[in-house]
Amino acid sequence: MRKSEVFMLTALCLSVASPAFADATVTIKNFDYSPMMLTVKAGDTVTWKNLDGEPHTVVSTDGLFRSKALDENDSFAFKFDKPGTYKYVCSIHPKMVATVTVQ
Amino acid sequence: MNDHSRRDSLKCLGVGAGTLFTLSSGVFGAVDLAEAATTKDIGTPLFLQISDTHIGFNKDANPDVIGTLNRSIDAVNALKHKPSFAIHTGDITHLSKAEEFDTAAELMKRMQVSDIHAVPGEHDVTDGPGAEFFNRFGKASNNRGYYSFSTNGVHFIALVNVMHFKAGGLGALGDDQMAWLKDNLASVSSSQPVVVFAHMPLWNIYEPWGWGTAESAEIAQLLRRFGSVTVLNGHIHQIVQKVEGNITFHTARSTAYPQPAAGNGPGPGPMKVPADQLPKMLGVTNVTINRGRKISLSDRTLA
Repeated sequence: MRKSEVFMLTALCLSVASPAFADATVTIKNFDYSPMMLTVKAGDTVTWKNLDGEPHTVVSTDGLFRSKALDENDSFAFKFDKPGTYKYVCSIHPKMVATVTVQ
Repeated sequence: MNDHSRRDSLKCLGVGAGTLFTLSSGVFGAVDLAEAATTKDIGTPLFLQISDTHIGFNKDANPDVIGTLNRSIDAVNALKHKPSFAIHTGDITHLSKAEEFDTAAELMKRMQVSDIHAVPGEHDVTDGPGAEFFNRFGKASNNRGYYSFSTNGVHFIALVNVMHFKAGGLGALGDDQMAWLKDNLASVSSSQPVVVFAHMPLWNIYEPWGWGTAESAEIAQLLRRFGSVTVLNGHIHQIVQKVEGNITFHTARSTAYPQPAAGNGPGPGPMKVPADQLPKMLGVTNVTINRGRKISLSDRTLA
């Protein structure tokens, strides 16, 4: 059961990642970012994809990046040039908080 | 102050749409609508509250939000005594898109009121400050979003609690707006009825879902000296009420789709209900004032 879920998630991530230049993907499902803590390398592009019927956004708390409202199946990508820890929230559901760490 | 009548009013309000809510010199009482219809002075129309129209939403919970907004407008236009203006307590649009705002404006033109005062919901400002919402509704407030006005002897305060979220997800006014609110209320007489409206609840209904405002205790403290205070919001797409001293807190239904009760499910998203149930869960709130300065709230569904 668990294995198949992991497999499905992996398949999902790959399918999302393939058309763009995404080096990592964060899925948004059930009012959560997954993974909540992501580590990438400087120069990597991260893509977020919303799988909820409810729209979500990806807004960095330091103002570096801000997506539009992402409806179901909409994506947003951002390229991280500098190392650091970037916290972001959903401006529609600010209880949703996650981070990207750039090495 | 009369604790008994306050308790009764809370009890009666739980019944649903068929109850009128009245306030006189800070004492609340509930009147059944059937009884109110036979009472001569049930008040003159003060304003209408419409909320959470979510134009742009197209999922299963309601694939036709334009249709249900139109039916809501029909219900307003069918009122025998129409209020002179309306307030929209936010989430006019679903995704803050220009075309969604345009569609909403076009539809609401048909509502037979002279003016619509709006505050933004978080769905209206996903494009940030100074964008689509403010292009359309920012004039009244010099683009701050919060403002006040007085009419019919009632002081109205429009607040914005969706632009400065606190960690944990509660809405917030922020320091500048709190200072403005204190200053604004300082010049209002305690005997003047006050109506405060914002998108998110200005009282904490359910913090795990962010259904509240960080400064709620401070706001209640500022409002405590007034004889009649009505605090209105949308956001949670269902009616929840609380009476605290002279302050009545009341949340409005959406015209688009219902949401689950606090804590029921993973989060506060659209709730799909059987098609025949939907009209009972959507609606508007009609607010009247009578010669004795009683303010009454009457919730109307589309059923």
